[in-house]
Amino acid sequence: MKSNTTTKFLAISIITYAILAACMETGVSNGYISGIIVSILINIIMAVSLAFVTGYLGELVLGHAGFMGIGAYVSAIITMNMDLPMFIEFPLAIICGGIFAALVGILIGIPALRLRGDYLGIITLGFGEIIRIVLNNLKITNGAQGLSGVSSYSNFTITFIVVILTIVVLYKIINSRQGRVVVAIRENEIAADCVGISTFYYKTMAFSIAALFAGIGGGLYAHYHTVINPTSFGFTLSIEYLIIVVLGGMGNLFGTILAGIILGVLNEALRGFSEYRTIVYSLVLIAIMISRSKGITLQTIKSKFNIKLPTKKQRQEFASKGV
Amino acid sequence: MELFIQQIINGLHIGSIYALIALGYTMVYGIVKLINFAHGDVMMVGAYTAFVGITVLDLSIGMALLLAVIVCSVLGVTIEKIAYKPLRNAPRMWALITAIGVSFFLQSLIMILFGAGTKPFPSFASSPIKIGNLQVSQITIVSVAIAVILMVFLELFIKKTRLGKAMRASSEDSQAASLMGISVNRTISLAFFIGSALAAIGGVLFVVAYPQVKPMMGVMPGLKAFIAAVLGGIGIIPGAMLGGFTLGFIESFTKGFVSSFWPPATLWADAVLFSVLIIVLLIKPTGILGKNIREKV
Repeated sequence: MKSNTTTKFLAISIITYAILAACMETGVSNGYISGIIVSILINIIMAVSLAFVTGYLGELVLGHAGFMGIGAYVSAIITMNMDLPMFIEFPLAIICGGIFAALVGILIGIPALRLRGDYLGIITLGFGEIIRIVLNNLKITNGAQGLSGVSSYSNFTITFIVVILTIVVLYKIINSRQGRVVVAIRENEIAADCVGISTFYYKTMAFSIAALFAGIGGGLYAHYHTVINPTSFGFTLSIEYLIIVVLGGMGNLFGTILAGIILGVLNEALRGFSEYRTIVYSLVLIAIMISRSKGITLQTIKSKFNIKLPTKKQRQEFASKGV
Repeated sequence: MELFIQQIINGLHIGSIYALIALGYTMVYGIVKLINFAHGDVMMVGAYTAFVGITVLDLSIGMALLLAVIVCSVLGVTIEKIAYKPLRNAPRMWALITAIGVSFFLQSLIMILFGAGTKPFPSFASSPIKIGNLQVSQITIVSVAIAVILMVFLELFIKKTRLGKAMRASSEDSQAASLMGISVNRTISLAFFIGSALAAIGGVLFVVAYPQVKPMMGVMPGLKAFIAAVLGGIGIIPGAMLGGFTLGFIESFTKGFVSSFWPPATLWADAVLFSVLIIVLLIKPTGILGKNIREKV
């Protein structure tokens, strides 16, 4: 059944790719729109990797953008200092960026994952900010100016392939034995401990996997925007990914993907409001959260109206009775 | 040596402001277990209210402070009623996202009303008091005095009055408290009311110390005040004061003292702050004054 889902997913993504690529080839969508699509795709990589720790492991992480920053800088420095053809140095750089971010993830995770809940959120926030400040002060990262002139390697096709790979790999991990352990830790950490699971090992593993994909996402980001500076990888960006994950539903990979797309499109659709954009965005965000906590979904709205609105027949009856 | 003492005075100044803002975080977290990310922006609204009060309405600084306190406390209670109350029984991360939404909302509202740019706040010419070679500005003395007096009052209020007792009871176990006839809703509103009023005072003291206002000005002090609250032990009122002053000292020492023989220290000041936070959390996960609560199966 699981491989069935994967096949289905791959089929859907190939169709989506074909449609989007056709749009771009025929010029239905211009460079601006394809730029939006690529940034939505990168957001999806970041959000699904965060969903693995926050949604499946159930730990609040407020410093995800820090790993993205590490991946972005490492990969950018590699491609800037290497003189190899693109098809060798680009994958190499992306993978190195991811691995480096994962290593930092392990380094941070070992002390931080001893804490739980809000405290873990706070400590990851602290680490995320420290990463940003380090990037801001090192010579190799060119300080506050950041790096510019990174080769523009990422394009729609490459990003799309990486997104699909990320989703499939994460989906496979989640449905494997390891993934079930991660969910078990979320459900009840003490119980998981008692049945002999090394919760610490699996938490660190989940954390570093998320960091790995965040680093890869950062590599794509760097080679798409070609200019990176430390301020882009701050606290607000981490929050943005957290919003996607929470909106998508905790522990729901496909919900996260959907939320990433919806929020990306919403953000663009609100451009018409110009300066009122963020205000509308924040109101929509609050409204969504409140309506969800009240259990309001499209289904309940429909059923509510069906009950309240009299049917045509009833109305005719009322009319005939002169009500 | 003089530089050293000077930095202690500066640390007291900025620390008192952080402590005032941190109190709001700590009181709200103590009762509803919500990291109120909008708190820094409430402080920013307070600063802007004082700015409007002084430049447009031509008020004195005292009246402007009062206006800011009124506006912010009403704002805080309104935010709680509209945005947080419906989410009280929802998963905690949802409430967190709502708080972030409120924070975005306040920032963009102020941005639309006043523009995104930085505006100068009318500065007060105050002759510094000289003690030997040390200079203590009157603003520093007033800020520290206001902060300390308010904190003493708050501590007395929490410890001695019925409402304060209700607050402590709700933060310990809100269900049991409501069974004892305490209106938890009203207590939560009260926490937001006091917290926002203190944030307004903190905001006004902040703009008097750094005379400029901008829509994003609440983010960094808010984050630091939050760290102060965590550092001292979130949910504990003396902890917020301790955390605030500790943070103020660390900041003024790295920026003012260490930088005198190692110039890049100013750039690393925030990293030092966060490192201290991480170290404290790792050694004592509930903060300096926090009690260790053992988890029961």
